[in-house]
Amino acid sequence: MINKKVNNVQEALEGVKSGMTLMLGGFGLCGIPENAISELVKLDIREVTCISNNAGVDDFGLGLLLQNKQIKKMISSYVGENDEFERQMLSGELEVELTPQGTLAEKCRAAQAGFPAFYTPAGYGTEVAEGKETREFDGKMYVLEPAFKADFAFVKAWKGDTAGNLIFKGTARNFNPNMCGAATITVAEVEELVPAGTLDPNQIHIPGIFVQRIFQGTAYEKRIEQRTVTPKS
Amino acid sequence: MALSKEQIAQRIAKELQDKWYVNLGIGIPTLVANYIPKGIEVEFQSENGLLGMGPFPVEGTEDADLINAGKQTVTVLDGGSIFDSATSFSMIRGRHVQLTVLGAMEVAENGDIANWKIPGKMVKGMGGAMDLVASAENIIVAMMHTNKRGESKLLKKCSLPLTGVGCVTKIVTNLAVLEIKDNAFHLLERAPGVSIEDIQKATEGTLIINGEIPEMNI
Repeated sequence: MINKKVNNVQEALEGVKSGMTLMLGGFGLCGIPENAISELVKLDIREVTCISNNAGVDDFGLGLLLQNKQIKKMISSYVGENDEFERQMLSGELEVELTPQGTLAEKCRAAQAGFPAFYTPAGYGTEVAEGKETREFDGKMYVLEPAFKADFAFVKAWKGDTAGNLIFKGTARNFNPNMCGAATITVAEVEELVPAGTLDPNQIHIPGIFVQRIFQGTAYEKRIEQRTVTPKS
Repeated sequence: MALSKEQIAQRIAKELQDKWYVNLGIGIPTLVANYIPKGIEVEFQSENGLLGMGPFPVEGTEDADLINAGKQTVTVLDGGSIFDSATSFSMIRGRHVQLTVLGAMEVAENGDIANWKIPGKMVKGMGGAMDLVASAENIIVAMMHTNKRGESKLLKKCSLPLTGVGCVTKIVTNLAVLEIKDNAFHLLERAPGVSIEDIQKATEGTLIINGEIPEMNI
């Protein structure tokens, strides 16, 4: 067994530098690597490019890095919940590459799987396809999209073991599995870190080969963006 | 009288067919789930990675790790499943989802749709909409016939940045049900008490009226 365990978030983020490209899992605030984000704020690295479906909210998630003006460029599909993001984007302080959600996921998966690029119908005929190669297959038009290249991927899982195997819970899964192994170094933080051999190999969502460092996360806030409930009858 | 948002959703629900997997967008489309016709089986797909999406949880049982694409807390029905984002869009791009219902700011008579960006103003992003409209077999647009300034949203040509080209086939608005074919809006049904003249006045694009146009059955 190859041991991937590191002792804490500081060790997990060793080597992260200004100017790097970082992938961060999560959908809205669901399944975001909370510990890694807090540490990125503390490290105060600058000019980073972040690949993440959303940009957090003003005071949580990636919104914390935005407030601190640490992000040079965001690659996301939807940023509607963040006023500071919109302000920085419209004022030109922040570079933004809005990418269709399925394309974003597949650009991660392609990097993970060793594909340099792929054709997708999403965005054909729109400004997303401007300057990109297009091609017809069976009478339908497609756009060529390159795989992402990133230095670090920060993902959050529910359970993990010291071999780096991961299990996700609920829709906190989202982009996290697709980002594992899609960057030079994948750092996984988990709610519960167990010794290798504890998890059932049949139930593993992401094999440890895609993960370089794993650590036990702490103090998860797990904020809910839209608490929608039906009243108790 | 023009339809309420709930009634638009109610009318769209009549389009659901047995054994369909359906993706509902944010806003009016979400309401469609409340009006599934009796006797048919459909499953709702949420593109953040959930199939078999159920209603909002009972107060006190909500789970931060279980949300829909609108970031609302939801539940999973028996037989539901959870998966990653790439798999979710494999379902969508691979045409395993039979119907997409989404909102729009503009629709053109050639089936183009714009719903993600107002240059220099609103910048929210396209989310999954570009993947959905580029791939879906059936797309129904749920929207108001006119915008807040009273201008038509059914146009000859979209003025806003496009989400997809030539993809919309059906529109349900507060005034009418329309089909898009041969570069025109074909009027199929009127909202109860709404005249053809009202619809004509609110439609900038080419409107084809063929024979008697029935009132919607809501």
